[in-house]
Amino acid sequence: MEYLPNILFTIALIVGIGFFARNVRKLSRNIKLGKNVDVSNDRPQRWKNMAKIALGQTKMVVRPIAGLMHIIVYVGFVIINLEVLEIILDGILGTHRVFAPLGALYDFLIGSFEVLAFMVIIAVVIFWVRRNIIKLKRFIKPEMEGWPKKDGNMILYIELVLMFLFLTMNATDFQLQQMDVAHYTKAGAFPISQFIAPLFENMSASNLILVERTAWWLHILGILAFLNYLYYSKHLHILLAFPNTYYGKLKPQGQFNNVEAVTNEVKLMMDPSADPFAAPVEDAPDPEKFGASDVMDLNWVQLLNAYTCTECGRCTSECPANQTGKKLSPRKIMMDTRDRLEDVGKNIDANKGTFVPDGKQLLGDYISHEELWACTTCNACVEACPVSIDPLSIIMEMRRFLVMEQSAAPTELNNMMSNIENNGAPWPYNQMDRLNWVNE
Amino acid sequence: MSEEIKVKTMEEFMAQGTQPEILFWVGSAGSYDDRAKKISRAFVKILNRAGVEFAVLGPEESCTGDVAKRAGNEFLFQMQAMMNIEVLNGYEIKRIVTCDPHSFNTLKNEYPGLGGHYDVVHHTQYIKELIDNGRLSIEGKVYKEKRITFHDPCYLGRANSVFDAPRDVLKKTNADIVEMKRHKKTALCCGAGGAQMFKEPEKGDMDINVLRTKDALETNPNIIATGCPYCNTMMTDGIKAHEKEDSVTVLDVAELIANSI
Repeated sequence: MEYLPNILFTIALIVGIGFFARNVRKLSRNIKLGKNVDVSNDRPQRWKNMAKIALGQTKMVVRPIAGLMHIIVYVGFVIINLEVLEIILDGILGTHRVFAPLGALYDFLIGSFEVLAFMVIIAVVIFWVRRNIIKLKRFIKPEMEGWPKKDGNMILYIELVLMFLFLTMNATDFQLQQMDVAHYTKAGAFPISQFIAPLFENMSASNLILVERTAWWLHILGILAFLNYLYYSKHLHILLAFPNTYYGKLKPQGQFNNVEAVTNEVKLMMDPSADPFAAPVEDAPDPEKFGASDVMDLNWVQLLNAYTCTECGRCTSECPANQTGKKLSPRKIMMDTRDRLEDVGKNIDANKGTFVPDGKQLLGDYISHEELWACTTCNACVEACPVSIDPLSIIMEMRRFLVMEQSAAPTELNNMMSNIENNGAPWPYNQMDRLNWVNE
Repeated sequence: MSEEIKVKTMEEFMAQGTQPEILFWVGSAGSYDDRAKKISRAFVKILNRAGVEFAVLGPEESCTGDVAKRAGNEFLFQMQAMMNIEVLNGYEIKRIVTCDPHSFNTLKNEYPGLGGHYDVVHHTQYIKELIDNGRLSIEGKVYKEKRITFHDPCYLGRANSVFDAPRDVLKKTNADIVEMKRHKKTALCCGAGGAQMFKEPEKGDMDINVLRTKDALETNPNIIATGCPYCNTMMTDGIKAHEKEDSVTVLDVAELIANSI
């Protein structure tokens, strides 16, 4: 019986991490449903971008208040993992504060964790107030109703509870240390939890141990649960922000890719020696679909983008179309892409590994034509994203599908395009008049 | 501007067996749009004054295809691009200057993938170069003590990180250059990009150009400076929407400089 806690802990750890691994596999399979895209170029620049944008949070601080609060929570999260490591070792080995022999360094570490935990609590409260009391405009857009709103708040509650458990654990530990209870070695510094400690002043050692153990267990079980909540939540960005910034666009923002399949067709069309009446080759592959109507037509970096989006809405609040009341919201484009990809993933799970058409697609069922045509391709959303997401590239792929596969452009644009075809200008003027401006 | 300007075509250079220093890519707006034609003429006045040997393609120029590409018609874009590249490569063009950020972006970034490699510069960059090389001198009188605010075109600024050249050039007019709250990387679109110029906007509570002009008017300017023919149209319409056409004018950087030499 002596080893029961160790065994229970190890089981909890294995189950928690096992479920997480299963989710990661599903995530990776879904992302790989996207088309291949070559992102192997310019590795040094990619590493630099990741270090700067994800690790260094350079784009977060463009908005100073949110940026500062975010950095606190982020640093708190990263540093507190050292504490989690100790908890895991203690749990498996049945030790208590296994790093305590580090002495003064240990005291300093525990002290700084406490300060960070306190700052995280403050930041989380401010975040909650911004979402629920001040109701910042970007958090109350139509796409944020229902689950996205709940998800956002839930993350804040979980973080709050985890931080309180951590401090409670330390406060009772501090009391136990004062009472010289066996197993509770005198170690650590408690700059914050010493203020909670008086609450437990008159408690018996056994009750204190009960509270301390409960807080300890809930803290680590909470962390494991949170780890598994990630996959179902926008909070996935804490992991994916890193690969996403690594694979982010390196070319100038204005440079859109030249669709290779189109290049081949155009070259063939312009080749005078090509026989237009030639019979198609027998086993020629199916002609490539131009643009995207569903998630499988997008590339895997675009799908990774969708899973990385944390719905902060900085893109939408910078979008000129959205600011003038149009339906387009770049954040919704990303959320729709993720929702569709999730639905496709569930469909594959339900059908033993193959996708059975469900009569739906990203274009039309999730994203409307009106949204797509409202975009000015100004790149404000791309610039605003703190984690290098490119909503514009998805909008462009779907416009390509509408125009090249369905000829479904707005009438005025069709007129403009036929003018270009006939006169070499978007207006119906004669190409021979191109120099008239000189003599006017 | 009724002043005489001198323009030679690439064909004429070819006939003489010489190469110009630069090719001036006029663009469809610069060739046909009544307002933008004035910008083309102003820029030529500058080139003439600086003694730049330049050529235009004239009837051999065709739409870059940029607007077709942003609308989603990659086919039409690539057809246009390949035809233009054939002409440009045929004349062995090395350096291109244009007053249109959309042509600038496409020629610079998207043509190389289809076989067209050129050194492409925006006219504000080229004017700066002429000033820096001492080929052009500015008489900073006309706009002295005027307030000018510069609207960054998306396809010059955010899309290609050209923020300083137009500002450096504008400073030569001795005007007071005032910045809008959102400028450079965070500048708001004029509303014309992505083929919006050629269609009615989607339903909303306001037009984008009206909102952007509001940004500009908040700086209390005499002049809104632009570096893009489409921005020029949109801001001019915005001024009308705000009923400020009597007190505020919209001018391209090229026009401001042409008036200052």
